[in-house]
Amino acid sequence: MKVSELLKTENGHNCHLCRVAVDHLTVTAEGDTLLKDVSLHIHCGRLTALVGPNGAGKTTLIRALLGQIGYQGAIEHQDAQGKHFGAIRTGYVPQHFPFDKQMPVTVCDLLASVMTKRPVWLGVSKKTREEVARTLSIARAEGLMDKRLGALSGGELQRVLLALALYPLPDLLILDEPVSGVDQNGLSTFLDVVDELTRKNHLAILLVSHDWAVVRRYADEVVLLDRTVRAVGRPDEVFESAAFRELFPVSGLAADITGR
Amino acid sequence: METVYRVMDALLPFACFRYTFMKNALLAMLLLTPLLSLLGTMAVNQRMAFFSDALGHSALAGVGLGLLLGVHDITVSLLIFGILWALMISRINRSGSASADTIISVFSSTGIALGLLILSRGGGFSNYSSLLTGDILSIGREDLVWLLVALIAGLGVWVLLYNRLLLTAVSPELARSRGVRTALIEYAFVCLVAVAVMLAIRWVGVLLINALLILPAAAARNVSRSSAQNALLAVIFGLVSGVVGLVLAYQLDTGVGAAVVLCAAVLYFVSLPVRRWMKAKG
Repeated sequence: MKVSELLKTENGHNCHLCRVAVDHLTVTAEGDTLLKDVSLHIHCGRLTALVGPNGAGKTTLIRALLGQIGYQGAIEHQDAQGKHFGAIRTGYVPQHFPFDKQMPVTVCDLLASVMTKRPVWLGVSKKTREEVARTLSIARAEGLMDKRLGALSGGELQRVLLALALYPLPDLLILDEPVSGVDQNGLSTFLDVVDELTRKNHLAILLVSHDWAVVRRYADEVVLLDRTVRAVGRPDEVFESAAFRELFPVSGLAADITGR
Repeated sequence: METVYRVMDALLPFACFRYTFMKNALLAMLLLTPLLSLLGTMAVNQRMAFFSDALGHSALAGVGLGLLLGVHDITVSLLIFGILWALMISRINRSGSASADTIISVFSSTGIALGLLILSRGGGFSNYSSLLTGDILSIGREDLVWLLVALIAGLGVWVLLYNRLLLTAVSPELARSRGVRTALIEYAFVCLVAVAVMLAIRWVGVLLINALLILPAAAARNVSRSSAQNALLAVIFGLVSGVVGLVLAYQLDTGVGAAVVLCAAVLYFVSLPVRRWMKAKG
C-alpha cells in the first residue's frame, strides 16, 4: 500500500500511521498494584485484542483508557513520529447493559439525547433524525431507529450501543467482551461491522475477548495482559508464546485446534 | 384576569363554570396537571413513585416546623422544607446503606408524625385538615399567577435537564461515560419534583398529590413507545383527569382531589388491557 493511500482518510488524523500509546502505566488502589508498568500501542486501522485471565487487570486498563480512574504514566494519541495530539477521545461498548426493558424509549430517543440539547420529549427534529440514521447506518442498525430499546434482541442492542459509541467518532473504540448475551449470528454480524470500521474508518479498536476463535479471525494484534504486558504480537505468535501456555494451560490447546 | 374569565364564559357553556371559584379551580387544574404529569414520566422511569409519596407526606412536617420557627407564609415553609427533605432522602438513598424502600418508608413516617405532633398541639389539628385533602375551590387569583410562574419556570428547568436525565434513567454508567454528572442531575430533578409537589399540595392535598404525579404518567407509559408519546399522553391524561374530576366533583358534590385521582385511576386501569393488546399486535 502506498503512503498516499494510507493518508487518504475520512477525518484528519485518524489514519493507519497514528496510534494510542500507553506508556509505563501503573495503577494502584488501596496498596494493591492492579497494573504495573504497562506499555503498548493501539494502532489506527487495526484491531488489537486484549486477552488475559480473570483478575489480570483488563477492566482496570479500560477504566484508565476511559479516564475513569487515576494512574501513573501516560496515555497519548500520537502520530507516526511520536508527536502527540493531546487527550484521546474514547468510545466504549460495555459488556453488560442493564436497563429497564419497559421504558418507553426508542433507539432514536437514546441517540438524539446525546446529540442535541433539545429535549427528546418534544420530539426529534428532522435534522437530528438524519444524523441518528447516519450514525446507526455505520453500525448496520439503521432499521432499528424507531424500535423501542427494550424490544431489541441482544445483537441488535449491541449494534445500537456500537453506533452510540461512534458518536462523536472516537480516536479509540473499546469493545468489552461483546459476545456475552448475543447469539452466534448476531455476534458475527457485529464483528463484521467492527472489522469494516477498522479498515474503512481507520479506527483504533481494542477488543477484550475470551473467544480465541474470534481473536484469531479478527485481531491484527494481540496483547496478553497479566498485571503487566506478558506478550504482544500476531494472534498465532501470542497463542504459541510460553506466557500464554502458562496462563491458559487448557485453552492453549483449544486455540491450537481452532487455528488449524 | 377579567379577560380570561370572559374568554372562559364564551368557550365553556356549562352551568358549573358560571361561578368564579369553578373558573379558578379549572385554571388551576390546567396549570398544575401538565407539569406534574411531565415530571411524573421521569419519576416513574426512575422508580421514584415511593419517594414522591414520602415527599408529599413531609408537607405536614414542613408546615409544622414553619409554624414553630415563626414563618407565616405556608408556601415558603413548604418549599424550603420540601427541597431539604428531598435532598436528604436522595443523599441517604445514594449512599446505599439500606434498601431504598425501607429508608423512604422511614422518612415518610417521620414526616407525618412530626407534622401531626406539631400541628395537633393544643388539639388544633382540625385547622390544618384541609392540607390532607386539599382545597382547590378556594384558590385565589394571586395563587393562580404564582402557579403560572411556577409552571413556566418548571418547564424551563425540565427542558434543560431532560436529555441528561433520560440517559441517566436508561443507564447511569452510560450517562457518566458521556460526561453527565449523574448525581448533580438527579439532585436537580428531585428538587424540581419537590417544588412542583409543594406548590400543588395546598390545592390537591397530602393524601392525593402523589397519585396526580404518578398515575397519568404510569398510564401513559403503559401505552407509549417513545419519550415524545409518553410525555404527550401523560399531559393529556393529566388534563383529562383534572377537568373531568372537577366537573364530576361539582355534579356529585364531592371532594375535588378524590374525584380527579379516581379519573386518573380509571385511565390507568384502561391502559393495562390496551398495553396487552398493543403487545399482542407487536
